[in-house]
Parts: sequence; structure tokens; C-alpha cells
Amino acid sequence: MPEQMLDQRIDYYPTHEYQGFQFRPGRPIPFGATLVPNGVNFSIFSSAATSCTLVLFEKRASKPVVEIPFPEEFRIGNVYCMIVFDLDVENIEYGYRMGGPWDPIAGHRFDKTKILCDPYAKAIGGRDVWLQPPDWNNLYQYRARLAFEDFDWEEDRHPEIPIEDLVIYEMHVRSFTRHPSSGVKYPGTFAAIREKIPYLKELGVNGLELMPIFEFDEWENNRQHPETGELLVNYWGYSTLGFFAPKGGYAATGKYGMQVDELKTLIKDLHKNGIEVILDVVFNHTAEGDHRGHTISFRGVDNKTYYMLTPDGYYFNFSGCGNTLNCNHPVVRNVVLDCLRYWASEYHLDGFRFDLASILGRDPMGYPLSNPPLLETLAHDPILARCKLIAEAWDAGGLYQVGSFPAYGRWAEWNGKYRDTIRKFLKSEPGQVGELSYRIQGSPDLYEHRGPTASINFVTCHDGFTLYDLFSYNDKHNEANGENNNDGANDNNSWNGGWEGETDDPGINSLRRRQIKNALTILLISQGVPMIFAGDEAGRTQNGNNNAYCHDTEMNWFDWSLLERNADLFRYAKRFIHFRHAHPALRNRYHFQHRDYVGSGYPDISFHGTQAWNCDWSFDSRVFAFLLCGKHAKQGSVEDDFIYGGINMHWDALHFQPPYLPEGMKWHIFSNTGMPAPEDVHEIGREPILAEQNNILVGPRSIIVLVGR
Amino acid sequence: MQVTIKSINGVVLIELEGSLDGKTAPEVQKQVLPSAEGQNKVILDMTRVHYISSAGLRVLLLLYRQLKAKGGKIVLVGMMEEIRDVMSNTGLLNFFLIADSPKGGIEALG
Repeated sequence: MPEQMLDQRIDYYPTHEYQGFQFRPGRPIPFGATLVPNGVNFSIFSSAATSCTLVLFEKRASKPVVEIPFPEEFRIGNVYCMIVFDLDVENIEYGYRMGGPWDPIAGHRFDKTKILCDPYAKAIGGRDVWLQPPDWNNLYQYRARLAFEDFDWEEDRHPEIPIEDLVIYEMHVRSFTRHPSSGVKYPGTFAAIREKIPYLKELGVNGLELMPIFEFDEWENNRQHPETGELLVNYWGYSTLGFFAPKGGYAATGKYGMQVDELKTLIKDLHKNGIEVILDVVFNHTAEGDHRGHTISFRGVDNKTYYMLTPDGYYFNFSGCGNTLNCNHPVVRNVVLDCLRYWASEYHLDGFRFDLASILGRDPMGYPLSNPPLLETLAHDPILARCKLIAEAWDAGGLYQVGSFPAYGRWAEWNGKYRDTIRKFLKSEPGQVGELSYRIQGSPDLYEHRGPTASINFVTCHDGFTLYDLFSYNDKHNEANGENNNDGANDNNSWNGGWEGETDDPGINSLRRRQIKNALTILLISQGVPMIFAGDEAGRTQNGNNNAYCHDTEMNWFDWSLLERNADLFRYAKRFIHFRHAHPALRNRYHFQHRDYVGSGYPDISFHGTQAWNCDWSFDSRVFAFLLCGKHAKQGSVEDDFIYGGINMHWDALHFQPPYLPEGMKWHIFSNTGMPAPEDVHEIGREPILAEQNNILVGPRSIIVLVGR
Repeated sequence: MQVTIKSINGVVLIELEGSLDGKTAPEVQKQVLPSAEGQNKVILDMTRVHYISSAGLRVLLLLYRQLKAKGGKIVLVGMMEEIRDVMSNTGLLNFFLIADSPKGGIEALG
């Protein structure tokens, strides 16, 4: 718009003045602080406030420069809005004071002594540099800021990779590069991940799932370990301060307030490299805790709207974190929708993984809804239409919905049953073959109508043992968390192979490496969407800690020297990920039909045992093999090799008979976890021919994968 | 913030000195954009810029966009390491040609 036209609009001039600040009535939509010509439009909603004051600070100042009460005529419905002119938008921070009743039983906790962060703040100051000691005397700790929204995306576009073609890599932003061995210039930041894109490409992952990056306070509930003296912090960050603001302390440029641009730059470059970005979003609770917690934002703005409250005004705690966001309240539902739309459009995000998503299906009294409006809204939203929506389909209040999460044809799930079955089978538990056959097919027993793409398959994630620890510890060892080893899960289905923790025993160590490769193999030849926890490809350990939420130490940091020490694991993981990308037969969108519908002479999938066409389903069986017919890949729409997986979780070596191939084809050995490197996995396209075509010895607790062509 | 604008053999040389932030950016923009108008070779000497904020970065990007629209080129010269890193981390560095000195800048412009 030409400048003179802007100047001609009468609403770009102030009508009011207060202590030298000029302002006029604002616009209620959009909520939050929005840059408008000559000024900033501030808009905030509260269903029960009786007054509202805009508090403006200079950046980092302890005292406000001005507190402008909203004139009563500036309120539209329950929204206070005003445009303030001539602000130095980079140099201000703002908050609100809300007047209203202090009546906890009625659900109201207004307190005018508090300065409240805007629930729609696009950036939040106060924790600009990771673990820099804050000024606790400052009345306003988490300080809403303005953000420019004119990032130059050039021709960036969402890769829109079909979900069945994704290999997801779950990562903690800081853990990935904080270790001195990472060799990056700004360890622990968004910029550092960008520096490591070549590594991600080499590994072959094409979906990066970032653990929470909404602003949180790493100092929240900080304490010293009573014995070791270690400072324990809110490291993982599953405790949101503001849903629209990226974490400043994760940006190398956070000290300059440029985290917004730095994160966008990372996403833009990941896209350029064919990697999608999925955010782990925490909408189930906030950082305000229960009735004993701090008043930071939501509680003081509109407690009754934002939280699920008991009839006597306390907080329902379905999250295990003190409070529960009132997600199916119509207003909060819109906040969640606005938030996701903002991240999808302004940050070009490709998907979201919803922490404790079952909470999003509860009504304001906590009852599970059969048709939760929030989940339905998200599933049908025009802006989110091509984003991946992934649910952690359970909550801390006992709602477990794996297989039954309200999906509306859109939602995928973290498949906890996949994790449990694979772990049990790998430790040679009996009675698992039937279950395993479902899991490698994309769990048709759970997702009959939703297809294998509903299943996010994983063996490990941030929550629980690392892959190395899964095969090195029978029990959790969480003493370092300072909770007497009472925290963290007890049902890990882990097995140490004969010794708890580190050992010099070469037999045990070799078994552990084999088991890691076994787990990766099953994960990457299963239908569904595989997810790998960052570092597992190199045998990262947490010394048996299965709940490392509070450690900003080497326990969480990825030690890059592992790539050399465990070069065989990395090589194995890398080759297998590329194997998956090379074979469409492993990435079907629809379930198998267990029949031959293309006339190849083979069903799309068939099950076998040590003998071809004879799977041992008995309780004591630890053997399972399957054959994917390459002519049925993606419903027969593309041609692929035949793929055979032979899994022996028996403690003895066994001879397996792969089925005969069509005339003229031969079996080639892609991988054999029973062999030491470099014979464990071969280069794609250069796999050696199997010497005896219908007989291969599979070592104890080993897996072979053959390709037929 | 000091802005000096010179013209050397058809190349516009803009020298900045001081802090390019929300306070100074509008003024710098007012001076710099017109001086580059209609030009196709611009050197921006940042040797004496010790701080640059988001608003400052946006002035540089505007300048780039204005030149690029008309087929012009711009070289940034003499950036301090910290400023260079900020520009790299926020994705701006990719847009610009970079040189150590004005002389190198002229070479980069070809």
C-alpha cells in the first residue's frame, strides 16, 4: 500500500493520550499483540475480569515505563483492545494486570498485584540464555514481546512427504549438540541443528520431531541433588509458559531476541534438504501448576476458562503436572486452533505430536467425550489440512486410547503396544508371535479402518530407556533424579543380557550390539511409520536412567564420539534407513489383504517359520518369518524386490528356509545381525547372493533380511 | 548511527557506523534506500557496525530485495564475527555476497 494511503486512514492516528503515550481503541481480532501501521494492536480476552491495564516495559527493565488502563469503552464483549502508537517494537515488553474477583471456590483467581504474560505472546523474554541465573526479584519474570512476522521464506514449501514414507527422528534441541564433541559453533541451539543437517541426511531420516520448543522455564522446580549436589532442572520442557513463543534459550541469537528468525531459518533449511519438522506440543497443562503454583498468565487472565476445575475450585490433574488445560472449552479450543494454525502458517511446520493427547478428548469436568470437538476441529481444519497429527494416545488420568483414539481419518498415534510387543519378543518372552505378526503389519488389529499409517512405531523414545540401555539394564536406575528411584516407569520389558550395566564381558557386549541391531531391523521393516530416538543409532546411554527429564548433563547430551566408537551401529542404522527408503514394499498406505490380487503367485504378505509356509504360532515359539511380495508393493502400483525377514529370538542358532522365489529370481543377503560388521549389513544393490537358496543359518537372537530379485 | 554514502566508478559505497537497531533503522532506511535506487552495484561497509538488531537486519533485507528486483547486486563488507554469526543464524547471510574489504567488494560485484 502506498505510504500516503496509509497516512490517509483516520484510524491510524491516536485519539487518546496517557502519560505521554498515545493510543486509540483497538481491534479485538486477532488476539495478542499485532504490528499495525504506526503502532501495536493489543487484544486480550477474559470472561470475568472487571478491569484491565496494559503494562509496558523497556526490555529487561524491572519497572514499567507506563501502565495504561483500558478505558471501559475499549472493551468489546469480553475483549480489551487498544492500539498504542510510536512504540519501539523491538525494545518493549508488555503484560497485563487484570482486575476481578479472588474467589477460588467460584473458580476466579484474579490478582492485580501480578503482571500477566499474554497467552498469545509471540515471543517471551526473561529466559533468553539457557540457564543464565534469572533476577528472581523481578516482578515480571516471563515477559511478552512482539515478533516480526515478515520472514523471507523465499520459495520454501512444505515437503508434504506421505506419512508412510517418513522416518521420524525424535530429538531434544539441546541434547543433540550440547556435548563438546559436537564440534558446532553454538552448541545446544537451533543454529547448531542447522549445522548438523548433513548428518541427518547421511543418516537418512526425513522427519525431525522436536521435543517441546514452546517457551518454558528451565529453572522451574530447580533443586540440588541431595547427595551429588547436581543442579536438577526442567530440562525436557514439558511445561509451557506460552503456546505461541519459541524457546529463547534454544537460540544462539536468543540474547538478541531473534529466536523467531533462527527457528524459521532452521525449518527453511531442513525443508530445503527434504526433511519435515514435527513439533511435540504440550496442550494438556501449563507451567502454572496447581493452587500452590505461580500466577504467570492463564490463571490471572481467566482461571475458570483455561483450566479444568473441581467443583470446589481446585485443579483437576489429568496431566500429572498439577493442572489440566480446559481444552474442550470453546474459547480454549480456539486458542489451541489459533496456535497450531500460527505454527503451521508462520513457521511452516509440517506436523504436531500431541503430548498426553487423551486429555484433549476430555470435557471440562474431565469426562472422556465420544466426539471431542477439539480433535474433530483439528482434523478438519483447512490450514492444518496437510499437517501430520500424531497423538500420544493416553494421559496421566488413566485414559489409554491406543487403537481407539478419536481419529477422524487424520490422527496417527504413538503405538505403545508396538513398543511393548517388540521389546518382549526381543527378550525372548514366550507367547508373542501372534502379536508380533500384527505389529510388523502396521497393527491391523488396532487400526483396521485407519490403515498402517495410523501407527507410529517405536521401540524407544525420550520417555524411557535408550536403545542401548534397553539391552543393558533390567531395572531403571534413576537415583540421579533425586527421587529415591521412585520416578520413571517400572514395566520396561528390558533385558540386560546377563549383567546389570556396563561390563567387560565380550559375549554380553556382543549380544547387546546385536539386540540394538535387531530392534532397528524390526522397526525399519515394519509397516507403519518408524520413529528413532536421537542417539540410539550410535548406542547412546543414560546409564540406566529411564526418566532423564531433569539433567542438563552428559546423561542427556549426545556424545558424537560414539559415532566412531560404535561405528558399526551407526553404519547399520544408516544403511537400514536407506533400505527402507529404497523399498516401497515396506511403506504401504493400506493394510495387507493376505491374498494375491496382482497374479504374482504370492500373497502380498505371508508368514513362515524355520520352514517356509509353516509359521510356528505356538506359545513357546520364538521364531517368526515373513515374506513381502514385491509385486504387491503399494497395492501393486510400483515394482519392488521380494523381501524376506527371518527373526530368531531363540537362544540357539536355527536353520531357516526362505520360500522359493519365482523363476529366475535369487535371494540376496541384505543384513544378518548374527554376523560381525561389515558382514552384518550390505550396500543396497550390492547384496551378496545367498549361497544355498533355501537354507540359511540364523544365529541365536539374530535377524536376517533377504531381498529377492 | 553515521551513514556515509559515496559513489566510486558507478558503485555506490555505503558506510555505516554505530548500532543498527530499532531506533536507528528507520533513519538508515530513509537514507540508504533512495541512494541505492536505480543503481545495480552497491557495497555496504559494515566494518564499524558493532550491533545489529532484528529491525536492522530487516533494513539490509529490504535493500537486497529492492536491488534484486531491478537486477542489482549488493556486497556486505567487513562484518564483525558476532554480526556475521547473527546474520548466518537468522538466515540472512545467504542473501548477500560477502567480502573482507571494499576492494574485495568491487571484485565480488564483477
